Amino acid sequence: MADTPLLSVRELSMRFGGLLAVDRVSMDVAPCEVVSIIGPNGAGKTTVFNCISGFYRPTGGEVIFEGKPMHRLPGFKIARAGMVRTFQNVRLFKEMTVIENLLVAQHMQAERNLLKGLFLTRGFRRREAELMDRAAHWLERVGLIEFANREAGNLAYGQQRRLEIARCMVTQPKLLMLDEPAAGLNPNETRDLDRLIVQLKEEEGITVLLIEHDMSLVMGISDRIYVVNQGQPLANGTPEQVRRNPEVIKAYLGEE
Amino acid sequence: MEASLYFLQQVINGLTIGSTYALIAIGYTMVYGIIGMINFAHGEIYMISTYVVFIVIAGLSMLGIDSTVFLMAAALLVAVIVASAHAFAVERVAYRPVRGSKRLIALISAIGMSIFLQNYILLAQGSRDKAIASLIPGGWQFGGDGFAVNLSYMQVIIFAVTLLSMTVLALFISRSRLGRACRACSQDRGMANLLGINTDLIISMTFVIGAALAAVAGLLLGMYYGVVNPYIGFLAGLKAFTAAVLGGIGSIPGAVLGGLILGVAEALTGAYLSTEYNDVVSFGLLILILLFRPWGILGKPEVEKI
Repeated sequence: MADTPLLSVRELSMRFGGLLAVDRVSMDVAPCEVVSIIGPNGAGKTTVFNCISGFYRPTGGEVIFEGKPMHRLPGFKIARAGMVRTFQNVRLFKEMTVIENLLVAQHMQAERNLLKGLFLTRGFRRREAELMDRAAHWLERVGLIEFANREAGNLAYGQQRRLEIARCMVTQPKLLMLDEPAAGLNPNETRDLDRLIVQLKEEEGITVLLIEHDMSLVMGISDRIYVVNQGQPLANGTPEQVRRNPEVIKAYLGEE
Repeated sequence: MEASLYFLQQVINGLTIGSTYALIAIGYTMVYGIIGMINFAHGEIYMISTYVVFIVIAGLSMLGIDSTVFLMAAALLVAVIVASAHAFAVERVAYRPVRGSKRLIALISAIGMSIFLQNYILLAQGSRDKAIASLIPGGWQFGGDGFAVNLSYMQVIIFAVTLLSMTVLALFISRSRLGRACRACSQDRGMANLLGINTDLIISMTFVIGAALAAVAGLLLGMYYGVVNPYIGFLAGLKAFTAAVLGGIGSIPGAVLGGLILGVAEALTGAYLSTEYNDVVSFGLLILILLFRPWGILGKPEVEKI
């Protein structure tokens, strides 16, 4: 593991009334790693994601990103710091066009001075062109450029999932968090996704944190894996270590 | 001939009132679109801006300024600023703290805010009618021997200003970055936030835009009717709310259409039945639409996903 982690989660806890959904989970993610979180259904994986990304405010513990505490910040500031995520279900802006989805995600990079947008200054137009270029670049990467002006809600399911990843990427994140990106994809699409994630890591230097049930995908692309069970950390290590861990096998297959 | 001219006159009157309903209704529909609550204090924002119009026009006239254009521009500017500041403060004080809780709580908070604002103006300004000077008298007359259709200059100004405001709003929503962010928030606020959009700021902006349009309506209606009292916000608010529901709450074109339909329906009722039935017809329309097409004319039915 590299010496300075990009993301460091310390003793993260999330309590909903009497239910302790996440119980002191810690993890480190180094730059340019692909790290997966696995665990049985209801283990609290998504809750961990929700706490890290600012969708929930954790009831305990710390989330440190590039040395800065994140766990008290609102979601939009966490996103601006360089962490963006997808959800298990597709959450595109369905009534906006494909290109608009990518432009609106770059809102945070747009002019800080809101009034500038009202007057079509040269600077404004140049920035607008930059946003457009970046959007077009990512549409090309995920193979959706010919659908740029289609309403996002009218795309096929697999295309919508790819558009979501593109929408994250135009924000120029350092950490991309994907919550079950392969859910509902056919084997071909899963293979494309696999390739895309590897490319993001190798060509763009993106760090990826992944929740996934598709074990072949997880084992194939992860550098390290964290296993959670009933809200608690169970094991972590390389795919090989995790695969052989008797605790993990027990959690997944049950005890006899 | 006479009958059709009479009808035309009613349609003109109806569209005049209807376009101001539409201006107020946009405030309801945009706020609903983005946070799913009915801002029942919105009518009071309109009432407050009408008072501001009254004060500015009366004050400047006393100082000896009599340029109509200048008076209107000054009244509009001050009314927009004061109304926006009120709406911004109301959202901060009464709605944001309860945003996470149940819908009913926000609704009660809104009703409380409405009562508060009405009484605060009542204390400051008294309950009696104040007259707003009629700055733009006169108009055109055309038509035949028995009945002449009147189209006052003020009515033309109401159409023109309403049309201009709607056009600016439509361009803002569809073209500008903030408008784009606004649409994104109304479709999925949580996701927009996690993509780096300051959703609280967008919500405040929505309230301010609604208030600015209500202030435009305050100027226009204030000058058209020439009278203001602390109670006008209640009925105007209900009418605009009806217009928003009629057109499909959450839809901006719907609010415009709903306002115009409501205005014309009221004018026709007044002309052919009795003006006493105006409110009966408008709220009857509201009940009918809620019974048979609760998503309104241009709205989309909410699909329950299982």
